Amino acid sequence: MSIDTLRLTAEEAMGLLERKEVSGRELHDAYRAAIDARDGELHAFLWVQDEPDRGGVPIAIKDVISTKGVPTTAGSKILEGYVPVFDATVTARCKAAGLSLLGKTNTDEFAMGSSTENSAYGPTHNPWDPTRVPGGSGGGSAAAVSAGLAPWALGSDTGGSIKQPAALCGIVGLRPTYGTVSRYGVVAFASSLDQVGPTTKTVRDCALLYGIISGRDENDSTTVDVPKVDLPTAEDLKGVRIGVPRELNEAEGIEPGVRNAVRAAIDRAAALGAEIGECSLPRSVDYGLACYYLIAPAEASSNLARYDGVRYGLRAEGADFREMVMNTRRAGFGDEPKRRIMLGTYALSSGYYDAYYAKAQKVRTVIKREHDAVFENFDLIVSPTSPTVAFELGAKTADPLAMYLNDLLTIPSCMAGLPGLSIPCGLSAGLPVGLQLVGPQFGENTLFKVGHALERALEFDFVPERLR
Amino acid sequence: MAGISREEVLHVARLARLELTDDEVVRFQEQLSAILESVSKVSELDLSDVPPTAHPLEIENAWGEDELRPSLSRDEAFANAPDRVDDHFRVPPA
Repeated sequence: MSIDTLRLTAEEAMGLLERKEVSGRELHDAYRAAIDARDGELHAFLWVQDEPDRGGVPIAIKDVISTKGVPTTAGSKILEGYVPVFDATVTARCKAAGLSLLGKTNTDEFAMGSSTENSAYGPTHNPWDPTRVPGGSGGGSAAAVSAGLAPWALGSDTGGSIKQPAALCGIVGLRPTYGTVSRYGVVAFASSLDQVGPTTKTVRDCALLYGIISGRDENDSTTVDVPKVDLPTAEDLKGVRIGVPRELNEAEGIEPGVRNAVRAAIDRAAALGAEIGECSLPRSVDYGLACYYLIAPAEASSNLARYDGVRYGLRAEGADFREMVMNTRRAGFGDEPKRRIMLGTYALSSGYYDAYYAKAQKVRTVIKREHDAVFENFDLIVSPTSPTVAFELGAKTADPLAMYLNDLLTIPSCMAGLPGLSIPCGLSAGLPVGLQLVGPQFGENTLFKVGHALERALEFDFVPERLR
Repeated sequence: MAGISREEVLHVARLARLELTDDEVVRFQEQLSAILESVSKVSELDLSDVPPTAHPLEIENAWGEDELRPSLSRDEAFANAPDRVDDHFRVPPA
């Protein structure tokens, strides 16, 4: 049978396999053919598997996640040629579920970016309009799923790297509650924020993949047991209380087309029976970005100290040890990691620690408390995922601060460790708009339920118009 | 408080074992100053009674059994080493 990889969901692919209507080999070959046809233009993949290694549904994995025997670069020259000798826990869990590794997807270097333009191996392009970015850092995973090059993919999210690319590519992305998915074997960026999660075409696919990868892992002591994942079926939202935080919905910089699409989705939720109410997260939005750009770089400056040319990765020449380390890091790191290492080192250095890092940690408490208070009255809150639709390549590369503003709306809930789901809710100027649903810690089932009902009601077509 | 001097850029680069070109020093001084001015917002809030959050989940010690488990072999541990001599990583002299 012919397989339409642009339309086929992972759940449907599982059904085809169970009923023996296709083989794992045929599925793999169909996606390989799609990659051969379209990835020359999109550059979603950094590495592609020739032969399927399992009989199940194929999966693409972001290149910050370790895959035994398969190159893992984190989008950086400093890890060029690095081949992990062990699997990340999430990789091992996908394999144990029978999923077949299709390839490794492009990412901003060390997942630092909002456009995938910071990849040392060249940018990924948006399947809806290849002159535009797919978002980042997980632009490779999002573009691959959107363009039918993979049925689903794993991403990683520190301040928006799953949700924002999903929004810009018109697909579904979940950043799970911190601690529900193991970070073992994931290239570390900011350890108190990093979370792995699914990038999929539908909310049900998202719930299925979250079920596979989540749960306590003895190799990551920050993980916890997770409530049983419910595959969503409900089509109405009776009794669901949805909060609309003023600041997240009216922030400066939100494009009118984005605002309108989100407003229409909220009206649709009301029509499905949800109770809609206004709420407020004043300091989370005002101070979230500043808090994030102190804490994440501080943790990054510590995590990236390991790239010293001694045990693995790039080594440059040097007359003595110190010179070798300096030359290695100079040659291996691109601009964004250097910028964040410098910023983090500065914020942690003697004389500045109290003014910057210590204050940011307290602001984090303020953000967490504001969200806790909102969830006393609401089951979830909604807003745009990204203030804008996909922007043109090169538009923001010269101005780091302008690039950082892409994450204005995704960052606050990340600081509080909360789960966030982005689903496509419409188009603005022909480009997808993402709706962000954020719940309390361990509220994934609520997000799946509401996301699924809205997805059914909104009937957004996830296949990019130019590929239909 | 915002803004970072050329000397501070060089000092931080040394602390982080990054050697910067002259162009990078100029560019980073300008960009980091703008970023620092923006993140300095955190000092506007009165935070005197607020405890810090280092970690979003309220979990304490996670205990594991103290038992031997399989681990990487020596060859696996050295598989990505740029310069291995016997069972050592070789580096230039300190």
